[in-house]
Amino acid sequence: MALPAHISSGVSAAPSRTPVYALVGNPNCGKSTLFNALTGLKQKVGNYPGVTVEKKIGTAYSQHGQPITVIDLPGAYSLAARSPDEAVTRDVLLGRRADTPQPDRILCIVDATNLERNLYLVHQILDLGRPVILVLNMMDVAAAAGLDVRAGRLERELGIPVIPCEAVNGKGLIELKLAMSRADLPLSRHAWDIPAPIAPAVAELQASLTANDRKPPLIARAEALLLLTDQDSVRVAGSTPLSARTTEILQGWQKRWEGEGTDWAGTLVNSRYDVIGRIAAEAVTRAGHTGPTASDKIDAVATHPIWGWMILGAVMTLLFLSIFTLAEYPMGFIEDGIASLSDWVKKDSGLPDGDLRDLITDGAIAGVGGVIVFLPQILILFFFIGLLESTGYMARAAFIMDRLMSRVGLNGKSFIPLLSSYACAIPGIMATRTIEDQKDRLVTILVAPLMSCSARLPVYLLMIAALVPGDRVPVATKVGVMILMYALGTFGAFGFAWLFKRTLLKGAPPVMIMELPPYRLPGLKDVALHMLERAWIFLRRAGTVILGISIVLWFLAAYPKAPEGATPQQQLAQSFAGRAGHALEPAIAPLGFDWQIGIGLISSFAAREVFVSTMGVVFNAESKDDDTTPLRQALLATKWPDGRPLFTPLVCFTLMIFYVFAMQCVSTVAIVRRETNSWRWPLFQIAYQTGTAWILSFIVYQAGRALGF
Amino acid sequence: MKLSELAIGATAVVREFPKAGAAFLRLREMGLVAGTRVTLIRTAPLGDPLEIKVRGYHLTLRKSEAEHVLVDPAA
Repeated sequence: MALPAHISSGVSAAPSRTPVYALVGNPNCGKSTLFNALTGLKQKVGNYPGVTVEKKIGTAYSQHGQPITVIDLPGAYSLAARSPDEAVTRDVLLGRRADTPQPDRILCIVDATNLERNLYLVHQILDLGRPVILVLNMMDVAAAAGLDVRAGRLERELGIPVIPCEAVNGKGLIELKLAMSRADLPLSRHAWDIPAPIAPAVAELQASLTANDRKPPLIARAEALLLLTDQDSVRVAGSTPLSARTTEILQGWQKRWEGEGTDWAGTLVNSRYDVIGRIAAEAVTRAGHTGPTASDKIDAVATHPIWGWMILGAVMTLLFLSIFTLAEYPMGFIEDGIASLSDWVKKDSGLPDGDLRDLITDGAIAGVGGVIVFLPQILILFFFIGLLESTGYMARAAFIMDRLMSRVGLNGKSFIPLLSSYACAIPGIMATRTIEDQKDRLVTILVAPLMSCSARLPVYLLMIAALVPGDRVPVATKVGVMILMYALGTFGAFGFAWLFKRTLLKGAPPVMIMELPPYRLPGLKDVALHMLERAWIFLRRAGTVILGISIVLWFLAAYPKAPEGATPQQQLAQSFAGRAGHALEPAIAPLGFDWQIGIGLISSFAAREVFVSTMGVVFNAESKDDDTTPLRQALLATKWPDGRPLFTPLVCFTLMIFYVFAMQCVSTVAIVRRETNSWRWPLFQIAYQTGTAWILSFIVYQAGRALGF
Repeated sequence: MKLSELAIGATAVVREFPKAGAAFLRLREMGLVAGTRVTLIRTAPLGDPLEIKVRGYHLTLRKSEAEHVLVDPAA
């Protein structure tokens, strides 16, 4: 027996306070573009408490200037959540989150070129019994593809306002705003029959949700339907759990159906698609048979067995070239700016010579400078990631790389984050949000800092210079050692990913169910906005931590004070940092490192390249710009107390190995803390990386000694 | 036959689907249900995953899932 759906057809009164709209839609349907177009720069970006899902709220203004609140919910294919993003969307719509008001009205955006799959989410949302406005986006693209999508037919079938729109160029926005400020938004008159085998279960669950979970009747019905397809879906922090009675009823039905062999979830999905198929057939007509689209033609090359690799290689080379060449100029300006600011404070600010001035110049200015000097690289990286995402190439890169990533138990989506980490682990780790599977995401975050980032380059270059006799290092040696270090880090990352996926973060076999969206011209405004948001997060999170750490490191190096007239070298030697170096020496002596190198290791926590400047102070050899010759000579002249040289080629090599693996970057720790929402993972990361670094350095140094190096 | 055995460029109609498993539920929700027409567009350069066209859009899935989806060749 089919239970007729019971959606009251009525009219919802306009709320007296500022109306709250939720904006929902599938990924790749132009949702962010519409959100940016509706709200302009009036957006607040944060995080949902307890989960690393971005929370975006903006204010739009109606044609009469009335404010309308818009919550941009994460893109979702279904309310039966498979990722934390989708779980947040589901929970906000069902009013399960105490930290977000349940939206009064829902703005559903769909891609007109891909109506059927997009309507699946709409169909689930209509069950919620809230007023819904449907935005038919990309009408121009649909028309170009020979699709005639009739908004009027859809409006009649669904019984809700349907607004055709082109979010990219603002077409349809006025009509949409007019609809949004309507006082009398109709509720959907669309009714569908719940399949007979599961109808009694839906009715019983709905009654229990109303009685035991205090849900309004329509939400209760929607939630009952959802529970049947949502059995083992993602739960996230901040969501109200179900009552015991409802859970009991649900499990009772599931047991019964399993015994009978009823495919309840499948039945439900099928019946939704039956309805959608009928609606789509009514609303869409295909004008003639069209050949392959431009997107199909690009893909024939971009995912070609030979050209595909070459294009991927070219895109990645371009990315790295721009990071290392384009970023050089702004980085130079920033470094000069920081230096002149520091000089000004020292000479012309009128501050007396002393600790306060040193704290400002050597602690605060140097510390903040050390952070923002990386900003150009990070901005370029975020810009490229945004570009790859908005054009659709990101999905192709994941498609091509999936097979290789699957060898270590990850999927293709981990590729771009890991690759970005060669420039800097921070944007790499922030880019892991596109990985739906939580365990895969965590594994990617854990191994990303093993990819040799650009801050390690100065350390490698100094050590290579000290490694090879003679003033000029042969290019082949330089490149060979460099490649070896990058390879070690890469193999290390994949090795640990393999290990973690088998032990610590064992999960269901990974899947790669991913949409390959059509190629599109990038929305430069959206990409730029996204880039600035990310950079701001980096500055706020890493900047504050780095500033604190820099001041602490300054203090450790400046106190206690050496007697009048001591050189900076003597001052550092007897400071807290020097003493810490001495205290560390027993632990690092088996690696061939003395207390002076120990100071360098400690100071590297601010940023790895600080090692070079610290060595400059320790050995009293200022190195100017890229010329490390004086420092190199000072290093080579340094001896242990018993007269053995300190920086033997073996020690230089061991030190490089240590830098490949050790976790020595406070900014990364701060970002991992933010992205995993706990201290557990960053602490584990420090332990496993630094432990590996120590063990490998020990093996290399001791084996090298035994072999007579 | 299995979806994974489809020739490149060939079209088939989905016949049967495993009941259990989150991956298969998601495939259904992405529009791949019994009776849906699918076309195998290509495999990735290393042979896996597959790219299929379903309901007018392109979707990837691994062979390990495609092996469990039974299809009938379409006329």
